[in-house]
Amino acid sequence: MNKLIVSPSPHDENFVKTHSIMLQVIMALMPALGVSIYIFGPRVVPLTAVCVGSCILFEYVCRRLMKRDNTIGDMSAAVTGLLLAMNLPVTAPYWMAVVGSFVAIVIVKQLFGGIGQNFANPAITARIVLMVGFPTINHWIKPLEYDYDAVSSATPLVLAKKGEELPSYLDMFLGKTGGSLGETCALALLLGGLYLAARKIISLAAPLSFIGSLFIFSWIAGDDPLYQILAGGVFLGAFFMATDYATTPITQKGKVVFGLGCGIITFVIRHFGSYPEGVSFSILLMNVLTPYIEELTRNKPFGAKEVQKNEG
Amino acid sequence: MKKLKGIKLKHRKNTENCATVDFPIPQKVRIPMSMNMGAACQPLVKVGDQVKVGQKIGDTDVPFSVPVHSGVSGKVTAVSDYRTAMGAVCKIVEIETDGQQTVSEEVRPPEVNDKESFLKAVRESGACGLGGAGFPTHIKLNPKTPIDTLIINGAECEPYITADYREMIECPDDVIGGVKMIKDMLGIKNAKLAIEANKPEAIKNFEEMAKNDDTIDIITLPSVYPQGAEKIIIYNSTGVVVKEGELPADGGVIVINISTVAFLYRYMQDGMPLVKRRITVDGNAVGEPKNVSAVIGTPFREILEFCKTDMDAMIKLIGGGPMMGMSIPDVEMPVVKTSNALLAIKSYDVSKTTSCIRCGRCVRVCPMELVPADIDRAYRIRNIDELKKLNVLLCMNCGSCTYVCPANRKLAETNQLAKALIPRK
Repeated sequence: MNKLIVSPSPHDENFVKTHSIMLQVIMALMPALGVSIYIFGPRVVPLTAVCVGSCILFEYVCRRLMKRDNTIGDMSAAVTGLLLAMNLPVTAPYWMAVVGSFVAIVIVKQLFGGIGQNFANPAITARIVLMVGFPTINHWIKPLEYDYDAVSSATPLVLAKKGEELPSYLDMFLGKTGGSLGETCALALLLGGLYLAARKIISLAAPLSFIGSLFIFSWIAGDDPLYQILAGGVFLGAFFMATDYATTPITQKGKVVFGLGCGIITFVIRHFGSYPEGVSFSILLMNVLTPYIEELTRNKPFGAKEVQKNEG
Repeated sequence: MKKLKGIKLKHRKNTENCATVDFPIPQKVRIPMSMNMGAACQPLVKVGDQVKVGQKIGDTDVPFSVPVHSGVSGKVTAVSDYRTAMGAVCKIVEIETDGQQTVSEEVRPPEVNDKESFLKAVRESGACGLGGAGFPTHIKLNPKTPIDTLIINGAECEPYITADYREMIECPDDVIGGVKMIKDMLGIKNAKLAIEANKPEAIKNFEEMAKNDDTIDIITLPSVYPQGAEKIIIYNSTGVVVKEGELPADGGVIVINISTVAFLYRYMQDGMPLVKRRITVDGNAVGEPKNVSAVIGTPFREILEFCKTDMDAMIKLIGGGPMMGMSIPDVEMPVVKTSNALLAIKSYDVSKTTSCIRCGRCVRVCPMELVPADIDRAYRIRNIDELKKLNVLLCMNCGSCTYVCPANRKLAETNQLAKALIPRK
């Protein structure tokens, strides 16, 4: 007879594991990736592969150097790579994808302790580093023309800032506009987001309050609200970045506040700032505020005598 | 009313239609002097003594305790030290049975005419909560504050276990009789029989039986774990919130297990103390899952063999349910008063614990609205102030957080360790 395993209860567990959650996220990004290949052409494939591959490699090397457990099996590095690719323009050089992966995995994620410990979203931070550090990256091609050299188009938000003619709502919803790989097609992102919500991987609290507050504030300010939520990285940010586990609040209330903050900051940057796009900055800023939001939105436990808050 | 959180578990009530079978009297029984919450008893017998069925063999002067009786007739062959599954050390009485099952002359219906004599009889019956926790029943039925509602816990929310369900199906008259008896003796106005929705037959039966009695309500609880937890069942059947550090009685409520109620009723009729109990035997190493009625002190090994358990494949044995039951380290350990189930498992996930990804699943399921992920973090750095702020003392160890954790973190276990760090007043 075997020796009996003695362990504390519970003795049963469910089958959802970290790597299966990450796989679901990858699945949910597939529609957006597919549409991206259609809109921006074949270069999307190697560019995405470089991002995913270098993220996994950096994760492996980093863990190895730090003498920690190998964590590439949890698939989170692959998710980061995929999200980074979604944030790059199709013309981005491969070396830049590698630099972005380095920033995301090594600097933002592993130096802070790896999965679950980073305070900022790796892909968003990498996008911002590349955007600010290499301004030439803001070189957008016309959709469906696959001409990576000559034609420089602008994203709808840049067009709007310049007061030029805008694409139709339908084109924007379907993604036939300039922009980064994964952000243009709201439909594909919506499908992915709803899939994740249906599988209970993400909560819709943050995406809804993000998109909702951006809509309302733009409307009040006299901007075209529908246009504002369809343009730029709002859907990508709301469904895939503002729902990141490690860098957003853990409670429902906190998630609502987080989304609200993202919406407001995005609106402020777009409406008053000189940058055409504010989604990345808004998410990064809210990432930094997350510990404070968590502190202020703590659940009141069932039967607790009072809500306990940190003094000072 | 707020909807409390919880998890949907596979019910796996494979034995719900298995009528209770009597387990034959074993050749030898070993009866521990500590089987439930409360002080351990001192043996009243010594090696060589003859004992009879129903004879008291252990007792103590400590009020928070219940006496121990023998369920067999035979000769005491040893009185030795024993470590229980909870880790406590007590004496254990070993009795070699003679197969006669001669009933002791001590066994006779108790004389009960008021609350005091009733509570005395309850203690003498050896009764403790049969749902698993084993709180001494005579203490529970004697609260300091006035009670207006008696809740009968028929939730049986753990997977596999059907011991309480079989009580409801096989002895419904004892249940209703017991409810009326306790109400009358303690002067409690209302009783609520709270049963989880996955037992429609029992609910229907009781509704029929209680339809002319408007002091007994039948409550259907949602099939969400952990409905049977005291604070949860109180809230879901009466709306009363039991505050931190308070007892149910402070809210005018007592919760008592349904099998305990039926047992008390029978004891008042025939005087046979708690020496036998129904136990669900199941798990994927068990060939023939059953409900057996076994004498307390019967070795688990014999019951497992009786149910055609694959002893070579079994790698884990659980006394109780898979969510809150105790690991049994040794198959020779005996059935105790609180053994409501025996689960023999041959597959157990021993995958490694990885980093918390802060997915919030633990927060989503915690019925007490705690944040186990934050408690885990505060515990690792031994931040006692933070643990207090996170109200870790409210954790009732239902295990839901560990169950859902994708990183295999033992959150419920951490909560218990964290509780121990907080100095008690």
